[in-house]
Amino acid sequence: MEKSLSFREFIITRLIQTSGYSAVLFVLLIFFFLLREGLPTISEVDTSSLMGVRWYPIESYFGILPLITGSLIVTLGAALIAVPFGIGTAVYISEIAPRWMREILKPLVELLGGLPSVVLGFLGILVVSPYLRVFLDLPTGLTAFTGSLLLGGIAVPTVVSVAEDALDAVPRAYREGAWALGATNWQTIWRVTLPAAKSGVLTAIMLGVGRAIGETMTVMMVTGNAPVLAIKLGSLFSPVRTMTATIAAEMGEVANGSTHYHVLFFIGMVLFLISLIVNVIASTVVFRAKKRAERILS
Amino acid sequence: MMKLFARNRHTVQRIGFSLITLMAVVTVLPIVGTVIFILFKGGSAVSWEFLTGFPHDGMRAGGILPAIIGTLYLTIGTAIFSVPLGIAAAIYLAEYAKENRLTRLIRLAIINLAGIPSVVYGLFGLGLFVLFLQFGTSILAASLTLSIMTLPVIISTAEESLRSVPQSFRTVSISLGATRWQTIRRIVLKEALPGILTGVILGLERAAGETAPILFTGAAFFLPRLPGSPFDATMALPYHLFVISTQVPEMPIQIQYGTALVLLVFVLTMNVVATVIRSRARARRQW
Amino acid sequence: MVDKIVIENLSLQYSDGTESLRNVSMGIRQNAVTVLFGPAGGGKSTLLRCLNRLNDLTEVKASSGQILIDGENILDPKVDVVALRRKVGMVFARPVPLPMSIRENVIYGLELAGEKRKSKLDEAVERSLKLAAIWDEVKDRLDDPAVALSGGQQQRVCLARVLALQPEIILLDEPTSGLDPISTGKVEAALLELKKEYTVILVPHSVQQAARTADYAAFFLTGELIEYDDGRKMFTAPKQRKTEDYIMGRFG
Repeated sequence: MEKSLSFREFIITRLIQTSGYSAVLFVLLIFFFLLREGLPTISEVDTSSLMGVRWYPIESYFGILPLITGSLIVTLGAALIAVPFGIGTAVYISEIAPRWMREILKPLVELLGGLPSVVLGFLGILVVSPYLRVFLDLPTGLTAFTGSLLLGGIAVPTVVSVAEDALDAVPRAYREGAWALGATNWQTIWRVTLPAAKSGVLTAIMLGVGRAIGETMTVMMVTGNAPVLAIKLGSLFSPVRTMTATIAAEMGEVANGSTHYHVLFFIGMVLFLISLIVNVIASTVVFRAKKRAERILS
Repeated sequence: MMKLFARNRHTVQRIGFSLITLMAVVTVLPIVGTVIFILFKGGSAVSWEFLTGFPHDGMRAGGILPAIIGTLYLTIGTAIFSVPLGIAAAIYLAEYAKENRLTRLIRLAIINLAGIPSVVYGLFGLGLFVLFLQFGTSILAASLTLSIMTLPVIISTAEESLRSVPQSFRTVSISLGATRWQTIRRIVLKEALPGILTGVILGLERAAGETAPILFTGAAFFLPRLPGSPFDATMALPYHLFVISTQVPEMPIQIQYGTALVLLVFVLTMNVVATVIRSRARARRQW
Repeated sequence: MVDKIVIENLSLQYSDGTESLRNVSMGIRQNAVTVLFGPAGGGKSTLLRCLNRLNDLTEVKASSGQILIDGENILDPKVDVVALRRKVGMVFARPVPLPMSIRENVIYGLELAGEKRKSKLDEAVERSLKLAAIWDEVKDRLDDPAVALSGGQQQRVCLARVLALQPEIILLDEPTSGLDPISTGKVEAALLELKKEYTVILVPHSVQQAARTADYAAFFLTGELIEYDDGRKMFTAPKQRKTEDYIMGRFG
C-alpha cells in the first residue's frame, strides 16, 4: 500500500510539473509555427516591396507599411484616450471613492474587460460611426478615430486594474506621512502616491497599449479597412487598416502555402514580436521596481 | 495670507477631485449604457423561436440555435483542455516551484501568452491544429486554440488563490503524515476552490466571446444542422454577430440586436456568477 | 533505561542564515517530559523540526550528524518520512485547526493512513479527545467546525489530532503561548498524563513552565546545547553560569 501511494505521488508530481512547464512550451510552439509559415515571405517577396506603401495582394503588392502605420495611429489614439481615463479611474477607485462605490466600480470595469470585442464593433458600426460622421462632418464614420475610441474602451480595464493594484500597493504610511506634513489629499495623490506607484502605472500603460495593438474584431469592423499610408494628422479621421484586421479579413480567402498566406503569417510574426517586447519590458519594469523596494526595506 | 493660501489649496483639491470623478463617470457610464442599450434594443427580437430555431432566408429570418449551441460546445471544449492544465500549472507554481531561473521563465511565458493578440492565436491554431495535425476547421481545433489563449487567465488567478491559503495548513497536514499531494488535494485545493472557479469562469467568459481565434480554426459561416462531432466546424455567437453585421446585406436590424443580446447575456451571466462566487467566498472565509 | 532518541553531533544551518544548530548531542528518555528551553533563536524549534523531518519543507543550507530513534537514523534520505511523522507527532505554537469539523480534524491523520472503518475512527475520536482533556467540552458538537472553538479548546483538539495517530513521540512547540492560564493548566495537566505512555518533548513558553513540567531539561543558547540535566537539578542548582543567568532572568 505504501509503495503504491508513493508511486501515485510520483506520477502526479510529474504531471503537475509538466503542466507547469507547458506555458513555455506553448510560447515556443506559437513562435515556431509563425516562423515556419511566415519566414518563406523573405524569399518570396523582396524586402523593398515588403517595406513598400502599397498593400494590394491580388496584384502581388505586399507593402506592409500602410498596415503598420494603420495599427500605430489607431493604437496611439486609443492610448491617448485609455491612459488618462484609465489612470484617472484607477485613482478615483483607489484614493477617492467611498468603499461602497469601489465595490460597484471594480466589477463594472471588470465587466467592460469581459465585453466581447465583436459586440463593441457592432455598436461601433450601428451607433458610434453614424454619430461621428454627422458630428465631425466626415464622408464616412468608419475611421481610425472610431477605432481609437472603441479600442480606448477596450484598453481601459487593463490600465485601470493594473494601475489600481499599483496604487493599492503603496504603503499607507507614505500617505499618512504626507498628511502629517499638512498636504491635502490631492497633493498627497499627486506628489506622493502616484510617484510611488510609478513603475506599476507604467506597466499598466504598456499592457493597455499592448492590448490595443493586438485587438482585432472591433478594429476590423469600424476602421473602414482602407490600406493607405496613415502618416498625416488627418489620417486619424479617414479609413485605415491595421495589421490585425488584415490577417483576420484575408486569411479566410487565401490558398494555403501561397505567398499571400505566408505574408499574413509574417505579419502575425511581427505582432507576436511586438507583444513579446512590450510584455518583457513591462514585466522587467515591475521586477526591477520590486527589487528596489526589497533593497530599501532590508 | 496663510488663509488665502489654504483656501487656494482646497480649491485645487476640489477641482482636481471633480475632474477625476468625472473621468471615472465617463469611463463607467458607457459600459452601463452599452449593456442597457442592447438589452433594450434586442429585447423585442428575442423569442422562443429565435432561441430554438435555425436561421433561414440567408440568415435574414429564423433563429440562432446553431450559433448558441456552437458557442456552448466551444466553451465546454475549451474548459476540457484549459481547466485541468491551467489548475495543474497553477499548483506547480504555487506549491512546487522554487524561485529560480526556470520559474521566472515560466512566469514570463505566462505573461507573454496573456499578451499575444487573439488573431495571432488564430494563425497558430491554423498552423498547428488545422493543418499540421490535420484536425481540419473543427470544434476540436478551435477549442484547443481557445484553451491556450485562456490558460494564462486561469493559471494566474488560480495561483493567486492557492497562495492565499495559509501556509500553516500545509505544515500541519504534512506533520500529520500527509504527502504533499494529499495536502494539496484535501486542504489547499478545497480552500482555494472559489478563487479558482472565479478564474476559470472569467477565462471561459473571454473564450466564449472571442471571434478572432476561431475565424480560421473552427467557425462556420452557416450550417443547416448542428455539428455532429468534434471534427465538424460550427457556428458561434460572436462570429455570427460579426457575419450578420458586416457580411450580409439587408440584414434585419432586429436580428442583429437580438444576436448581440444573446451573446451579451451569455457572457454577462458568466461574469456575474464569477463575481458572486468570489464575494461570497470572501465573506465566508474563516482565515 | 535506554534512550528513545539519540542525537549525535547534529549541526544545521538555514539558507537564510537565521537559526542554526551547532554540534548538538543528547539522549532523550522514554516516558518522560524533556524540556528544551532558552532564549529565542537558540535552536530549540529547529531541533524539534528535525525530529519529524519537518525541516524538509524549509531550505536548509547544510546539515550533518545523525538522529537515531529506536536505533534508526531518521535523517537518512531513504527513511519513509510519512511513517516517521505518524510516529513523531507535533503540536504547534498557534492552534491551527484545519478548515473542517472537530471530528474530521481528529481523524485526518488516520484517514490518510488508510483507516476507513467507522468504528475504529469513532473509537479513536473518543479516546484521543479524552486523553487531551477536551472530550466533555466537545462531545455534543463533534460536527461543528473546529475554528468555532476557543483558542484553548482548539489547541487541545490539535493535541487530540496528534494523539489519534497513536504516535510514540510527541513534540510540542510552545503549545500554550497564546492561551490563558486556565487553558494552559489543562494542557499541562494533559502532558503529565501523556508521559505515562509517550515520550514528550516540549519547548515551553516560559522558564516557569519549563520548571513546572520538566523531568529533564536542556538549555540552548545560539544553537548550542549549554547544559542538559535532570529537571529538578537544573532549575534549583544549574551548573553553568549562562544557565543560571537565564533562569534568574538576567537575560533573554
